[in-house]
Amino acid sequence: MPKNPIYENRKPVITIRGLKKTFGQNAVLNGFDMDLYEGETLVIMGKSGSGKSVMIKCLIGLETHDAGTINIMGRDMENVSEDELRDIRTEVGFLFQGSALYDSMTVRENLEFPLRRHKRKFGGISDTTPMVIEVLESVGLAHAIDLMPEELSGGMKRRIALARTLILRPRIILYDEPTTGLDPITSKEIVLLMKSIQQKYSTSSIVITHDVDCARFISDRMILLVDGVNYAEGTFAELDASADPKVQAFFKS
Amino acid sequence: MKLLNTLIRSVLNYLEELGQLSRFAGKFFREVVRRPFEGRELLRQCYNMGNKSLLLVGVTGFIIGLVFTLQSRPKMLELGAAAWLPSMVSISIVREIGPIITALICAGRIGSGIGAELGSMRVTEQIDAMEVSGTNPFKYLVVTRILATTLMIPILVVMSDAIALFGSFLVESIKGDVSFRLYFDEVFASLDFIDIIPATLKTFFFGFAIGLVGSFRGYYCKHGTAGVGVAANTAVVETSMLLFVLDFLAVMVTDIFY
Ligand SMILES: Nc1ncnc2c1ncn2[C@@H]1O[C@H](COP(=O)(O)OP(=O)(O)OP(=O)(O)O)[C@@H](O)[C@H]1O
Ligand SMILES: [Mg+2]
Repeated sequence: MPKNPIYENRKPVITIRGLKKTFGQNAVLNGFDMDLYEGETLVIMGKSGSGKSVMIKCLIGLETHDAGTINIMGRDMENVSEDELRDIRTEVGFLFQGSALYDSMTVRENLEFPLRRHKRKFGGISDTTPMVIEVLESVGLAHAIDLMPEELSGGMKRRIALARTLILRPRIILYDEPTTGLDPITSKEIVLLMKSIQQKYSTSSIVITHDVDCARFISDRMILLVDGVNYAEGTFAELDASADPKVQAFFKS
Repeated sequence: MKLLNTLIRSVLNYLEELGQLSRFAGKFFREVVRRPFEGRELLRQCYNMGNKSLLLVGVTGFIIGLVFTLQSRPKMLELGAAAWLPSMVSISIVREIGPIITALICAGRIGSGIGAELGSMRVTEQIDAMEVSGTNPFKYLVVTRILATTLMIPILVVMSDAIALFGSFLVESIKGDVSFRLYFDEVFASLDFIDIIPATLKTFFFGFAIGLVGSFRGYYCKHGTAGVGVAANTAVVETSMLLFVLDFLAVMVTDIFY
């Protein structure tokens, strides 16, 4: 539960309680708790292999969890129908760790793809081009509209993937390591872009990262995932000042 | 004892995979009748598959027709049965050689392609990305591909048969001096519905098998990029085995009815 007074009047958009997930003998999540409040950016840090991607995939229903509850915008993920799940997924954008662009499609087709099933949300639009151009402009890549993914650099791919997430106007965005594998300057650009998107569309976000600079810049609040539980929570400054050696290990380098 | 254990384990493994494959097929039949239908993607797949294998199937068919006739001609002459050559060639090609060779080639060409493509989409999380964007990836990727192979293999087989018969005619016309008209009159006179109907029916099953196994291996691809190669490879090997089993079953069933 947040000690910070700024959260007192906000309502959580995502609530996770006691999340457990085991692969064979490998207990990855052992009762993970989390709240995401409206409008905040929550950074989750954890060592490689600590189960951050698994957690976020359980959240969006790409993995099934063994125990615990997940509630997204008032709906329990355990008993949603397929239609409801699809509706939830328009509201929750997901940026994949490896961008996951469709490599047989052009950038334009990549961006149009999510619209195929969601035209209803936008009142049955027929011409998607203005929407495509708008999101491409907001990630600064309007000129790349007819390129194939293989013609893009890693940083450009990440931006296009972000544009593809944004095109459905999600209220919540989940970023899985948005800056991993990019050089420091490009990372910085992506982080700035995330911040500007957050302000422009007033989304709530969960950001998974190893990048301390990114965390410092973007986080309103942080959770450290250690041994499958939320080991420590607080603002960047609070955690940075913590005397706990396990917490310190994240900030030292 | 250890050997027995490994043997039992591999048999169990095999049965389990067979079970998964049939669940996968079951899912196909459930999804294929549900809206929305991905018509455009289906057409695109059909076009791609035809486009990709037409030349290969044509060339192979032609050579098979040629070689088969060249090989059997001397013996037929020796037996004084040269007049039977067109009917023997046409029956063997239409009933057996055309379908199985074409299907095997398509298993190598199309089946492995499906395995590799879906496999790489799986390991690069493109399939997950479709899922979270609200499109059913099974419908969009798997159903369209299985339908496309089921429809396209029979068409490719018919074309391959025709080209093989033409190849056979070329040999005959050069060596034995028959006219096109006469040769194909012989061919069609010797082909009954009994030859054509079961032979065509089984090619739908061949096509289904190619799409099913290729998609199955690709869709559940594991272990990163190396897994993509394994998926493509297993798809071809398993499809080829399955094709022979299906062919055998088709012959048995035909035998019961006629
Ligand atoms: N599909 C799976 N099958 C079996 N084990 C899995 C699977 N997915 C993840 N794991 C295991 O779960 C653990 C956590 O993986 P996860 O990908 O969540 O790590 P991560 O915290 O995202 O690490 P990274 O920072 O490197 O991305 C790992 O030990 C991994 O081996
Ligand atoms: Mg990860």
